[in-house]
Amino acid sequence: MIRIESPDILEVRDLKTVFQTRRGEIHAVNSVSFSLKPGELLGVVGESGSGKSVTMMSLLRLLPSPPAETRGGSVKFNGRSLLDLSPAEMRRVRGREIGFIFQDPMTSLNPVLTVGFQITELLRRHLGYSRSKAKHRAANLLDLVGIPDARKRLSDFPHQFSGGMRQRVMIAIALACDPKVLIADEPTTALDVTIQAQIIELLKDLRHKFGMAIIWITHDLGVIAGIANRVIVMYGGKIVEEALVDELFANPRHPYTRALLATVPAVRGKRAKKLNSIEGQAPTLSAEPSNCPFCPRCSYSFDRCQREVPLKSSVSAYHEVACFYSSMQGDDAFA
Amino acid sequence: MPLHERGNAHRFLVEIKGLRVYFPILAGVFRRKIGDVKAVDNVSFSIVGGETLGLVGESGCGKTTTGRAILRLTDVTSGSITFDGNDVVNADGHELRAMRPKMQMIFQDPQASLNPRMTVSDIIAEPIIEHLQLSGVEKHKKVCELMDAVGLNQDLADRYPHEFSGGQKQRIGIARALALNPKLVVCDEPIAALDVSIQAQVVNLLEDLQDRLNLTYLFISHDLGMVRHIADRVAVMYLGQIVELAQRDDLYGDPLHPYTKALLSAVPEANPEMERNRKQIILRGDLPSPANPPTGCNFCTRCPKTMDICESVEPRFKEIMPRRFVACHLYDRANNRPGNQPPAS
Repeated sequence: MIRIESPDILEVRDLKTVFQTRRGEIHAVNSVSFSLKPGELLGVVGESGSGKSVTMMSLLRLLPSPPAETRGGSVKFNGRSLLDLSPAEMRRVRGREIGFIFQDPMTSLNPVLTVGFQITELLRRHLGYSRSKAKHRAANLLDLVGIPDARKRLSDFPHQFSGGMRQRVMIAIALACDPKVLIADEPTTALDVTIQAQIIELLKDLRHKFGMAIIWITHDLGVIAGIANRVIVMYGGKIVEEALVDELFANPRHPYTRALLATVPAVRGKRAKKLNSIEGQAPTLSAEPSNCPFCPRCSYSFDRCQREVPLKSSVSAYHEVACFYSSMQGDDAFA
Repeated sequence: MPLHERGNAHRFLVEIKGLRVYFPILAGVFRRKIGDVKAVDNVSFSIVGGETLGLVGESGCGKTTTGRAILRLTDVTSGSITFDGNDVVNADGHELRAMRPKMQMIFQDPQASLNPRMTVSDIIAEPIIEHLQLSGVEKHKKVCELMDAVGLNQDLADRYPHEFSGGQKQRIGIARALALNPKLVVCDEPIAALDVSIQAQVVNLLEDLQDRLNLTYLFISHDLGMVRHIADRVAVMYLGQIVELAQRDDLYGDPLHPYTKALLSAVPEANPEMERNRKQIILRGDLPSPANPPTGCNFCTRCPKTMDICESVEPRFKEIMPRRFVACHLYDRANNRPGNQPPAS
């Protein structure tokens, strides 16, 4: 269902986000560029601090400023430049045309408002629904995301729902205005595996029904393998590798992607005797990087990695990698 | 009785029989007891010296409470726990104090389990000061050894916890747990709060230390992949009870209990091709409340293979094959009548 040839619905170019703190600047997002096709599911993988959430928050302009500051770059959504919209115009985009689901369903719902209010608020504000029409639609939405007895539960408060049910409510809110793009920031990380499986099935199903594009942020490579069309790997505020899902898992070309895949122990198949680990730790980004952010932990790094920032270059169609070693060695890099 | 090595019972470092931990629900002005949260409900298992027993299950199933009960960090309602031949449940303060150096714990949240106002060397030295009479020089030497053992730079001994990353904080917690040469270390979700690339570092460290110091681990986790990597035997908990206990390869290769099957089938694999062919058992509904568990089998409300008997009779936890324990009516011999066969897979 992904139409590779159709024009991008979302296009991000050279996005840079900096946080001003008392101890100086943190360069959280460094020249991130990516695009999203209508109906596509784009997976974004990376560890905490790699800049995946901040990238999405910056393009939605959800970060408080100060301390956050977007220094350049452009975000085109459906032909409009999001970074140039007025706050009021931006509010009309958020929630209506771009929906989002946050990681923690506990803290992202308002505990003193009923679930019904939190869904109808959106419908009344964005779509101008009457109270009764909004309520009717809200009940349909809860039903759609698999909450039994939907009509009655509209008057319940978030604490009366379990974690998985709360995440379903979040999904119902995100879908309320039929958005073209849904950004899901670690939507299943706080949930148990059996509940995670339910939520993934639900989102897969809803995607087929409504055909929206989804950006799915996670650190779980297993989740990505099962749902994504295309995957972006982030490290140190930069995109280090980007490829179609089968290609990425079958032929990872960045040392970080390779290491990340090797650290995850499998539940099925062969059991590895010793786990591969990536020594060292993720960088703190107090300045815009002047070298490859992964080079202190990389076993393939050489002098050029410490001097220059590698740019993304094509490996094959739809596969790009930002690594000097990999580009230099070509197909034999990890043979 | 889960004796997987019959006739060799004294090899068990920990033996737990019929453990129950209930937390009272109090209500009203007089805080009258109106019920119990059955966090752990009739759990029996044992841990062999030198092995790693993995304890898996979803949040709220009682894994952590079981781990804490072994160290008597929580009061036990009934049942018996024997650690290294000593009764843990009825031990008084002095006896417990004598036992505790041999049983230690690594906590889930490395941030919350370290005192922010103590330096790293103070944190690691605290159990030594508490339990051993060492001179200042000896103590310092011991702290340095421990920091070395867990891969922390000794120059950082005078720093405070906030100056360390998550993985390093967890290493401090591990050094503290090892300070008194324990026999048993209860690892309560030691990697859950860490990043993927750091998890592997910490797990490799734990394995390494086990080999060097002959440690026994109870490894509590909800990460089924990691448990498969580190554990020798695995126990699966659901709603306060152990539903299956087996050797690691048996459990992952051929799970018997419907819950274990569903749990394992729900774990996504980092392999797109396997993902497309993965047969998933999606469980209906949520975990019932442990304050009001279903009658009969605890899993009967969500079980895809539920039978009439499941709703009325609680299945016994028993050994159905050598070294394989399961609590499920599908494996009752009495039920193996024609037409009521346990499914082949």
